[in-house]
Amino acid sequence: MATTEAPPLPAAASARTRKIFAELLSKYGLFAVLLALPVFYGIKDLTTEGNLAPLATNIFQGLSNGSIWALIAVGYTLVYGIIELINFAHGEIFMIGSFVSAGLWGTFGLTLVTGPLGLVFGLLATLLIAMLACGSLAVMIERVAYRPLRGAPKLAPLITAVGFSFILQNVGLLWLGGSPAGVPDLIRAQDTVTTILGIRVQRADILAIVVTIPLVIAMVTFITKSRLGKAMRATAQDPDAARLQGINVDTTISLTFLLGGMLAGAAGLIYALYQTTIWFFQGFQAGLIAFTAAVMGGIGNLKGAVLGGLIIGIIQQISDTRIGSEWTPAIVFSYLVLVMVFRPQGLLGEETREAG
Amino acid sequence: MAIASPDQSTAKPKRYSLESGLPPVVSKVLFAVLAVFAILLPFLLDPISSLLSVCIISLAYVILALGLNVVVGFAGLLDLGYVAFFAIGAYAVGWLASGFFVDANVHIGVSGFVLNLPGVHMNFLIVLVVAMVLCAIGGILIGLPTLRLRGDYIAIVTLAFGEIIRVFAVNGDQIALPFGDAKLTAGRQGITPVDQVNLPVLGQFTQLDLRPWYWLVLTLVFITLFCVIRLRDSRLGRAWIAIREDEVAAASMGVPLVKTKLYAYGVGAAIGGISGAFQASYLNTVNADQFAFSFSIFVLAMIILGGLGSVWGVVFGAVLLSFINSYLIPDVLRTIPEKFGLEFELTDLGFGIFGFLLLIVMVLRPEGLLPEKRRQIELTEGVGTGESTFEVRA
Repeated sequence: MATTEAPPLPAAASARTRKIFAELLSKYGLFAVLLALPVFYGIKDLTTEGNLAPLATNIFQGLSNGSIWALIAVGYTLVYGIIELINFAHGEIFMIGSFVSAGLWGTFGLTLVTGPLGLVFGLLATLLIAMLACGSLAVMIERVAYRPLRGAPKLAPLITAVGFSFILQNVGLLWLGGSPAGVPDLIRAQDTVTTILGIRVQRADILAIVVTIPLVIAMVTFITKSRLGKAMRATAQDPDAARLQGINVDTTISLTFLLGGMLAGAAGLIYALYQTTIWFFQGFQAGLIAFTAAVMGGIGNLKGAVLGGLIIGIIQQISDTRIGSEWTPAIVFSYLVLVMVFRPQGLLGEETREAG
Repeated sequence: MAIASPDQSTAKPKRYSLESGLPPVVSKVLFAVLAVFAILLPFLLDPISSLLSVCIISLAYVILALGLNVVVGFAGLLDLGYVAFFAIGAYAVGWLASGFFVDANVHIGVSGFVLNLPGVHMNFLIVLVVAMVLCAIGGILIGLPTLRLRGDYIAIVTLAFGEIIRVFAVNGDQIALPFGDAKLTAGRQGITPVDQVNLPVLGQFTQLDLRPWYWLVLTLVFITLFCVIRLRDSRLGRAWIAIREDEVAAASMGVPLVKTKLYAYGVGAAIGGISGAFQASYLNTVNADQFAFSFSIFVLAMIILGGLGSVWGVVFGAVLLSFINSYLIPDVLRTIPEKFGLEFELTDLGFGIFGFLLLIVMVLRPEGLLPEKRRQIELTEGVGTGESTFEVRA
């Protein structure tokens, strides 16, 4: 990059070692930083407990928790991949997803006494409607706030995105009030299903994994195999060339927002079932965490977003249980800064024009 | 503009048209009239009226907005964590001018009953300088990791830093400092009371007469305005604008990117620290809940509404939005929802309204209400978007 100034002609040997060191740092520095927390607490567990079961539980719960972040992060990465915009309102779409789901349970009459069959069908219907609602919300946001600014300087759509995220937060505030609201614990999220090797598997974990994996697989298949998915990838690579090939760029961008919003809606439903409390501010935090995940995996890269989400989930879980949940945001954001310093292109990402 | 020295105004008359489009004489007279009005305003208001208090707060916001404008408007580095510097400035007051460190017994430049209080008590001017230095250091430290990044990545990293600082402010009561049983912050409880300002000529400030507070913050606004305008017209200011317009071109013309960007972060942060220190003294509390992300967006909305990069636009935007926030919404328009039979507090809507303003201004008038001419040209004729023009030439 142009920012690195020329070194003042040091001895050749030291320059070479410095170069090798810098290369090693940029290649493995992030991995070392990522491993720091689990390794530290793994050693601590081994010395105090004699086994790794607590750490393993953390990691497992982190994976299930992280699958929610992965769903949101995919939305960030899809949108960034196609129009190079951080869709700041994405976290709020996820929040609206939770709110819509909780509202629908009331409409469908899903309560704690609903039988298993009714529960499954009711939740499936909720999932579909929440995904559709959030998908259309995302498309609407794109139409209103981003499309008019497509030729403008890059800060402009980012600012409208922030503006929209505030509007949606206020919608949530008026909807359910300013404090976290409890929702019915429909699936009895904390019940232990089984215990494997000292790892407690809860119903919430199973739900998160059962919903996330098919959705992500469906998404990846859609983008790699279908015609519309190919159009998306073509638009991401070069909008002008895509237009020359007869691809409707505007529709393709709308489709991207639709997909991202649908995943956020699904994540919103899972979150409501998983945490059993929802509030208007959840989207802001979740959005930042998921964005960190997307950057960590390499923004624009679908698999990277999923990987990043899972890693962030683990970090978050370890920090929640070992350090204290009030410090978790600081730790996650420190990771974000470290990723930016060591490896702006992320774990799986290519160097982008912006972050190179 | 009117502050620019005469010899320069004869040498480069075009600079006037860049800012306001008015001839120099008109803008000088306009500035003088506004300044006199601002100085005499307290005589028109009751010394303890809430309207005067609103004026004081809005002037404090003007300082903040001017500082953020250096980073975002001049240098083009979108900083979404500006609240961090407000917080650091406020904590400078909390640490150095209150009874927060009970075990310490330090008194510098204070007089009267404060001398008998435990804790660290320094004169406001000393605290102000410390706040600026702390903030400048903080700004440079936060700026360092963003140097390699461009565009929206900077926004995210600064946002992350702002949130980290907030988490530390909220949970600072868990962090013990190595001396006594002092803690880093008082968390959500807030450090209160803090010392009221005591200045050589104006004497001891109290909450019973708000006029000295008003003149103090007005003086700070004038100093900041002077510095910001001089900086903008200096070599450094032109380097900032060059970076904003095109980083690669600026670097190839010999603008040192690292130094120039770090100066922007440092100057912007120091100005934010002034406002933080003043507001902490004036509001008599340093509470961690003030330092939310929405605060950064509030200040950002001011400079975008007024016109990014335009000093007078930013002043106008800051005054307008802080009046809407602390006068229009809570006092004047409060009863409107009831009239329509709606059950909510209008104050709850505050940030939705600012979000809406950001959206509307960006879509309909991206250059702001009182735009800087250069940016307006850039936005209407598409010069600054870079890539498209570059491709046409290539």
